[in-house]
Amino acid sequence: MSVNPTSAEIAEKAATKTVSETVEPQGARAFEPPAQEPAPPRLFEEVLLAVDNVSLRFGGVTALAEVSFDIRKGEIRAIIGPNGAGKTSMLNCINGFYHPSEGKITFRGEARRKMRPYEAASGGIARTFQNVALFKGMSTLDNIMAGRSLKMKANLFWQMLRFGPAMREEVEHRRVVEDIIDFLQIQAIRKTPVGKLPYGLQKRVELGRALAMEPDLLLLDEPMAGMNLEEKEDMSRFILDVNNHFGTTIALIEHDMGVVMDLSDRVVVLDYGRKIADGTPHEVKRDQKVIDAYLGVPH
Amino acid sequence: MIYREAGQFKSNYAADMAVFPLRQDRIGIFVIILLAYSMAYFGSTFMLQAVLIPFLIFALAAIGLNMLVGYTGLLSLGTGAFMGVGAYACYKLMTIFPGVNVIVWIFVSGFFAAGIGVIFGLPSLRIKGFYLAVATLAAQFFLQWTFNRVPWLYNYNVSGAIEAPRRTLFDVHIVGAAATPQARYIVVLTIVILLTWIASNIVHGRIGRQWMAIRDMDIAAELMGIRPFKAKLMAFAVSSYYCGVAGAMMVFLWYGGAEYNVFNIEQSFLILFMVIIGGLGSLIGSFFGAALIFMLPIAMGAFLPAIFAPLGIRVGAETIEHLRFMILGAMIIFFLIVEPHGLARLWQIVKQKLRVWPFPY
Repeated sequence: MSVNPTSAEIAEKAATKTVSETVEPQGARAFEPPAQEPAPPRLFEEVLLAVDNVSLRFGGVTALAEVSFDIRKGEIRAIIGPNGAGKTSMLNCINGFYHPSEGKITFRGEARRKMRPYEAASGGIARTFQNVALFKGMSTLDNIMAGRSLKMKANLFWQMLRFGPAMREEVEHRRVVEDIIDFLQIQAIRKTPVGKLPYGLQKRVELGRALAMEPDLLLLDEPMAGMNLEEKEDMSRFILDVNNHFGTTIALIEHDMGVVMDLSDRVVVLDYGRKIADGTPHEVKRDQKVIDAYLGVPH
Repeated sequence: MIYREAGQFKSNYAADMAVFPLRQDRIGIFVIILLAYSMAYFGSTFMLQAVLIPFLIFALAAIGLNMLVGYTGLLSLGTGAFMGVGAYACYKLMTIFPGVNVIVWIFVSGFFAAGIGVIFGLPSLRIKGFYLAVATLAAQFFLQWTFNRVPWLYNYNVSGAIEAPRRTLFDVHIVGAAATPQARYIVVLTIVILLTWIASNIVHGRIGRQWMAIRDMDIAAELMGIRPFKAKLMAFAVSSYYCGVAGAMMVFLWYGGAEYNVFNIEQSFLILFMVIIGGLGSLIGSFFGAALIFMLPIAMGAFLPAIFAPLGIRVGAETIEHLRFMILGAMIIFFLIVEPHGLARLWQIVKQKLRVWPFPY
């Protein structure tokens, strides 16, 4: 493969530019390095989820081909790649919407092939969607309360009376939901139907709904798509806070390279359904295959 | 007494999550219930028998269907048949176990309807929208056929009809020829209030949220750990239970007897129209819808001849019946286009306006 010096130069320039332009989130990690310098990598040992030689085919189309990587407990893992690289398909495999044609996914040491999305949810995997998938007819509060469904146990009898255990449970979970509302600073829109909210807030409510599940693994599919700089900063802050305060493992897909390089501990790069690079943001940024995938190769 | 929430502070979550958080609403509902009971003494026999009892029974059926169509987003055209299941189950139970009080059987007959509803709700796990409506049509035709062709269901009665035997509650006749409209009205009203209260509790709780989540975005709901299988079948069960109880009440507390064709597809459509006009996903809307559809022809029958008689135009009963269909059709089109949330939404807007009156916002 011939290396085009121009494309490498452009890539380097682009990388440095985005890094310096992106406003650093303040005080997220005590050891936050100055921009430009590669961050001293946070070390994670325990593997939470391992993707092992996963292939996914729809008829003749291969969406994923023998992809392997792992997500370790406590880290922020980014999945990047050009459009159509198979990133969302990968998330769909992880939380059970698609079943891999080959290969296996191991979550918390347990291998699994076929799994329904609600089983993934009860296993502790939560997710947000590329295009907001909120319950439009319900209020912010109800949306986030719906995220607590798995944790609510009161039986039909008490629910019919809305009394005793059912009411205690409602109040108890309302308290947790209010904490999430405070955390995301959406107190003012508590009772607004989410269909009426602006896009940025909807994304935030969706994050809140996923958080309400108290997941072990949080999958974020383009959490910052279509946001302006300020909204992106807010969202980055929330993602870092979730990771820091709750210790939630996060896997995110994002197209804003500045955000990806700043937030993530490790990055996996997909292109045409294949893994082409895996490593710290600093390594990935300099990987020739990644540069080629994003900027093209001269023929 | 101005409709205002100023000065009403909530100091705990339970108060904030109450079904009627405003004091005025609580007083209002209390007054309405009081008035409803007093109608048993002030209302004429015609008023009770032809207006209020059917209104309450249809409102209950509409609540049942609303939980399915409005809250869970599953379209069903089998309401009439599920009402029939309730009615026939109640009839069989009453005649096999005459010693047990009829009120018990009215409530128990709902469970039979719920069971049948779950069976015919199974297709909802794979299909949605119009396709599901067609699948529930199968329930409508199959069950209606069963009511006609299985003589065991109507105790081999030569007329093929089920007739209400005489039954009492606290030594007062409530079912059968000897029951007064007053007694039946009080029983119907009590059952409807009780079941409406339970419905309101269900839709405001976890189950209601699960239903609405399935309705609004089923993929995301599944991802929250809501099992579509359980939630949808639960919706079919609860909805059919309500329809079954409404059907049993319709035969034994209103008509006094019925044939299989009472539970035909027109009945299903009528209740679906009540739900659409009243407001999808609203319990109070079910009452509005039932009131509008049921009382419209009665009101027209009372007023139209009086209005047109001086002009020399005779308005007969058949004209009113035709007008009723025309107005109903026009209203359904109007509501589907202009206000898909129905009368309940108009009520919401009025309440919102009242809250800030005399200011615009």
